[in-house]
Amino acid sequence: MTVEPLPNGAERIEAQAAEWLQRRHFWLWKDEDQNRLDEWLNVAPAHLVAYLRLEAALARADRMVALRQPLSSRLAQLARKGWWPGVGRVAAGLILVGLIALAVSQFSGTAKDRTYATALGERKIITLADGSRIELNTNTVLRLATHGDGRQAWLDKGEAYFQIHHDAAHPFTVVAGDHRVVDLGTRFLVRKEPSRIEVSLVEGSARVDTLSSWRPIQSALLTPGDVVIATADTMSLMKRPSTSIADELGWRRGLLVFRDTTLADAAAEFNRYSTHKIVVADPATAALIVGGTFPADDATMFVRAAKALFKLHVETKGNETVIRR
Amino acid sequence: MTEKPDLDREGAQTRRQVALMASADVNAWFVREVLPLEQALMQFLQHNWRNRSDLVDLRQEVYVRVFEAARKEIPEHPRQFVFSTARNLLIDHIRREQVIPIEAMADPDGLSVALDEPGPDRAAMARDELRKLQSALDQLPPRCREAFVLGKIEGLSGQEIAIRMGVTESAVSRHLALGVRLLASLLHGGGRQ
Repeated sequence: MTVEPLPNGAERIEAQAAEWLQRRHFWLWKDEDQNRLDEWLNVAPAHLVAYLRLEAALARADRMVALRQPLSSRLAQLARKGWWPGVGRVAAGLILVGLIALAVSQFSGTAKDRTYATALGERKIITLADGSRIELNTNTVLRLATHGDGRQAWLDKGEAYFQIHHDAAHPFTVVAGDHRVVDLGTRFLVRKEPSRIEVSLVEGSARVDTLSSWRPIQSALLTPGDVVIATADTMSLMKRPSTSIADELGWRRGLLVFRDTTLADAAAEFNRYSTHKIVVADPATAALIVGGTFPADDATMFVRAAKALFKLHVETKGNETVIRR
Repeated sequence: MTEKPDLDREGAQTRRQVALMASADVNAWFVREVLPLEQALMQFLQHNWRNRSDLVDLRQEVYVRVFEAARKEIPEHPRQFVFSTARNLLIDHIRREQVIPIEAMADPDGLSVALDEPGPDRAAMARDELRKLQSALDQLPPRCREAFVLGKIEGLSGQEIAIRMGVTESAVSRHLALGVRLLASLLHGGGRQ
């Protein structure tokens, strides 16, 4: 029986996709390379599908980065040589299981991680053994690894400011949602919203990587003043004047600093710190521009200032203060 | 009459834009919902199509059809959709060859079998993930694995891998490209194809 070969040459397309993928991930990659890849992907859905399939496999292999421990590379070397000493085999197996457990825990964290949380309006400072400091802003959950070199944190929600004692051999990493911030000698601020993260670099340098499993890996190297805003689909890098980042860090002193901020944004900012919420009732009021420095834990001062300045109506009922024209 | 082509073009452009906007969703959907079915899909194809050398092409055709359909509308039941697409594809191929190749279609009744299988147990999949990765890595050819370990686990660039392994950069490219392909088959498909 013979069946005519199918026309697509899937093997050939897969080989091309693999070539693109490895170039993109392991070699110098320029804009023009990306353009050419995009062109190739657009030739036929078969190209895109083959690429997505290989990329998803590579993204899964990314989790193995967690195995990056001195012991594991030695183990990998043993595996590579196919050399398992007879007696050591069981021990090696046990080590492997241990490493796998370790790898799992490094990727997603374990119940044994130390968890730090702040309530609405609360702030907290964590000092690590090496003198690194992490300051948690309001309504924040941060976990610290207790295993390995302990230089991994997960920002599950909220905002934290990191002043990390740099150790090139053990870079400190912060995982926030689909992204990872790798410290390269740094003071930086990470804020996690449900749909995006924001990383601002104050000093030193840091890298932000995507961890998401299907998209092209995106990576941004930050220099002081850079702010990265990353959603599930996009990563944008912009430069902010240092005063703006200093403003953003006002919360470390218990202050909220606004410059040319809309009233709606300012209200949202206060609402992060308290169960008592400011509600802006109409679009015209929401669009008013405010500025100034206010205590984060006392929205009344802000509300009073806005009321006086714009002649607004303010009404407080239960847990809400409604502002309207 | 003269305006009509313009309108058509405009319509096409709008459609293209909509398609572009949606493409990220479709990509994500494809990776999340379709690729995990690869092992079951390959079993299904193997079971129903004797000629092993066609399998990779068939898999690709299924993926392309599913992907194209998803661009218009994301199927509500990915598993059913993938398997009915595979089934239709096999039937199309049999028709195209005009004579039913009895051997090729080993088990026509079996075409519906896979539809009733339980969905993947995602929790178990997550538990097994790293074990699977380790075992996939172990199955790569030695040089290929070495390049891959250096690149992925040690985080070296292609150039650094070449220096460390004492081989040319194009050899590193070949190892890495092969590694990616084998890993894809091992991780998605559960075996080499």
